[in-house]
Amino acid sequence: MKVAGQLGRFARGVSERLRFWDIRLLPKLAAAALVLFAILYVLVIAEPPPEIGFGNWRTTTFGSATDDPGSFLLILLDALTFAGLLFIVASGFSLIFGLMRVVNMAHGSFYLLAGYIAYEVQQKMTGQGGFAIAGVDVSTWEWVFPVLIAAAIVSAIGLVVQQLLLRWNQGQDLRQALLTIAVSVIVADQVIAHFPRQGAVQVGGGNAVSLTWPGWTERRIDLQVWNVDYSLARLVMLALGVSVGIALWLWLYRTRTGKVIRAGVDDPQMTSALGINIQKTFAIAFAIGAALAALGAAVGTSQGNVASGQDAQWLLNALVVVIVGGMGSLLGAAAGALLYALVLTFSAAYLPITSNNCCSQYSIVLTFVLIALVLAFRPQGLFGRAG
Amino acid sequence: MRAARLDPKGTSERVIGLALLVLLALGPVFFNDYWVNTILTQMFIFGIAAASLIFLSAYGGMTSLAQTALMGISAYLVGNMVTRGGAGGETKGLTLGWDPTLALVLALAITTAIGVIFGLVAARSLGIYFLMLTLTYGVVANYFFGQVTEFGGFSPIAGINRYTPGFVGDIVGHPDKLYYIGLGASLAVYGAIRYLVRTPFGLSLQGVRDDPVRMSSLGYNVPLHRALAFGFASFIAAVSGILLVWWDGQIAPGNIGLAATIELLVIAVIGGLARIEGAWLGAFAFIVINNYVRDVELPVIGGSFNTIIGLVFLVIVIVSPDGLMGLWDRLWRSLGRRGGGTPEAASVTRQAAPEASSP
Repeated sequence: MKVAGQLGRFARGVSERLRFWDIRLLPKLAAAALVLFAILYVLVIAEPPPEIGFGNWRTTTFGSATDDPGSFLLILLDALTFAGLLFIVASGFSLIFGLMRVVNMAHGSFYLLAGYIAYEVQQKMTGQGGFAIAGVDVSTWEWVFPVLIAAAIVSAIGLVVQQLLLRWNQGQDLRQALLTIAVSVIVADQVIAHFPRQGAVQVGGGNAVSLTWPGWTERRIDLQVWNVDYSLARLVMLALGVSVGIALWLWLYRTRTGKVIRAGVDDPQMTSALGINIQKTFAIAFAIGAALAALGAAVGTSQGNVASGQDAQWLLNALVVVIVGGMGSLLGAAAGALLYALVLTFSAAYLPITSNNCCSQYSIVLTFVLIALVLAFRPQGLFGRAG
Repeated sequence: MRAARLDPKGTSERVIGLALLVLLALGPVFFNDYWVNTILTQMFIFGIAAASLIFLSAYGGMTSLAQTALMGISAYLVGNMVTRGGAGGETKGLTLGWDPTLALVLALAITTAIGVIFGLVAARSLGIYFLMLTLTYGVVANYFFGQVTEFGGFSPIAGINRYTPGFVGDIVGHPDKLYYIGLGASLAVYGAIRYLVRTPFGLSLQGVRDDPVRMSSLGYNVPLHRALAFGFASFIAAVSGILLVWWDGQIAPGNIGLAATIELLVIAVIGGLARIEGAWLGAFAFIVINNYVRDVELPVIGGSFNTIIGLVFLVIVIVSPDGLMGLWDRLWRSLGRRGGGTPEAASVTRQAAPEASSP
């Protein structure tokens, strides 16, 4: 800092040139080099494992993208489709925060609750009484209806929480965060106490249950490149994520309610001074945000399962996405979901294997690295607004 | 110095504090073993951890959810460094078998360093962003220790309290020792925080809390102040982490999960986020509820202890966001006298909405 201040004594051109090598550029260069290295590593540097024994720092399960383009494409598709799911959940979190400055710590609990409600409704509809359902037995309606019910119930609960607990203390963001934490503790405990309701055949131990995708998604699509075929269900997941994104964009930028919401984000006092019922808008946004958690839960529960403890997982996911992407920005949620999904998926597949127990278990550290890299240069996230 | 005037609130606090101190110093005389070795020792451990959270919140304006994780990091460091493998030894972790005193010092130093790094990353994020960011630290740390089998993996590292430094001695056979260590550490932490907030650093930290922009234009390095405060709080959390493994003997990812993170926050909020004393008060209240309500099945709505804690937490945040200490302060304010004696700390409501406070 001091050196840079004294540079004024030099002729302008010299100081400009010196400033180019300013010490403050160093972290930026280091970060850029790190990112470049990671990309190059995946694309060319990595090598497939040797015939016998373990490899060195260049050894990965599939080698680099040029060694095995098929696997690379599969992993890329895994990342993109997972990003779709992340976006659905995180956009609801981001919407609530963007408008009301409420950090809804109960978002993960809403996810958990919605997953179980959808499961129960689907079980009732198909009359399975707790047994796992085969995909062929599930029609599209038998997937959509449970999701609608779950979304309706969870958004109603969200609405009650917002009206009872968050309406009278606007602006006290810490207090509101604490209140939603209390709600999350209660909801998570109630879920353990009451779900699953029927003696379910559980997947994955504990109280894990899963929803079943409609039968027509249960096949693989031949992509016609590098002999890759890909699960249709995962592509549906991506399509749902993209549709939610487009729907939210149309809603926020092409309707009157959306205009009011964006005005509310910019200046809630002025908006209500113009005679607009901002409270109604808040309530709508909170209900939609909770419904998005429910939709995400349905998709996530269909693709994997839902179990107690996943509330923490999904709260973390939503937090990382919006911290990286920027609070309250639709584009930010999309960018954050994409980056986070890429880091998670690629670190699981492309961390080097140097021995029996190294190194893919360190993938979680890369999540922290991603956050640190983004925040070091943009404390408000990629697309967040300062302040 | 403060002008000599009647300060009934400060005096009564001092009298109560002294009485409690005498009571606790003679603890084993008055209380049975269960209370001394379980409830009160735990109160000291979680009180220290909560004090690190309250310190950051009250004097730094930063509500951190990473304190449980930092506690866990120091506990894991000690666990990995002191335990011995081989026959009759432990199977989990690195089982380095180092000297416990060295391990103690290293665990404190490394945790503090990690805290400073965490602090530097988070230093430019404010208020609610800070809360979210530190929560991600906590959850990431939890998954890290769950996934990395070298450092312990999913199941706990056990038997850690068999290896204590020479000056501590055998705490498994003499749990009273740990009680007094906890009491001493609590007093030291309380004194250190009370001292630190009166130093130039502590005062400028409170300046940073109240008006970062002004402090920055006065030439103070705002992110550095925040990062150092976070480092100091990490040190305190590390102390409580070490006491925790000495008390519990083991450390597992579950000890630092989201539930544990929230429990520590509940302790701090019940006690009061605005005053350091609240840490131990909150820990006491929480642990007593925990011990006596643990097995209660709730009528009608169902659920367990967590639902009760959630409801208590909800009521506290609604009724008195500054917790039990806030109720105490309010009681004196309603008596029409102005209390003094402690430097002004930010309360939950004031912190968030400066214009809304009406004393």
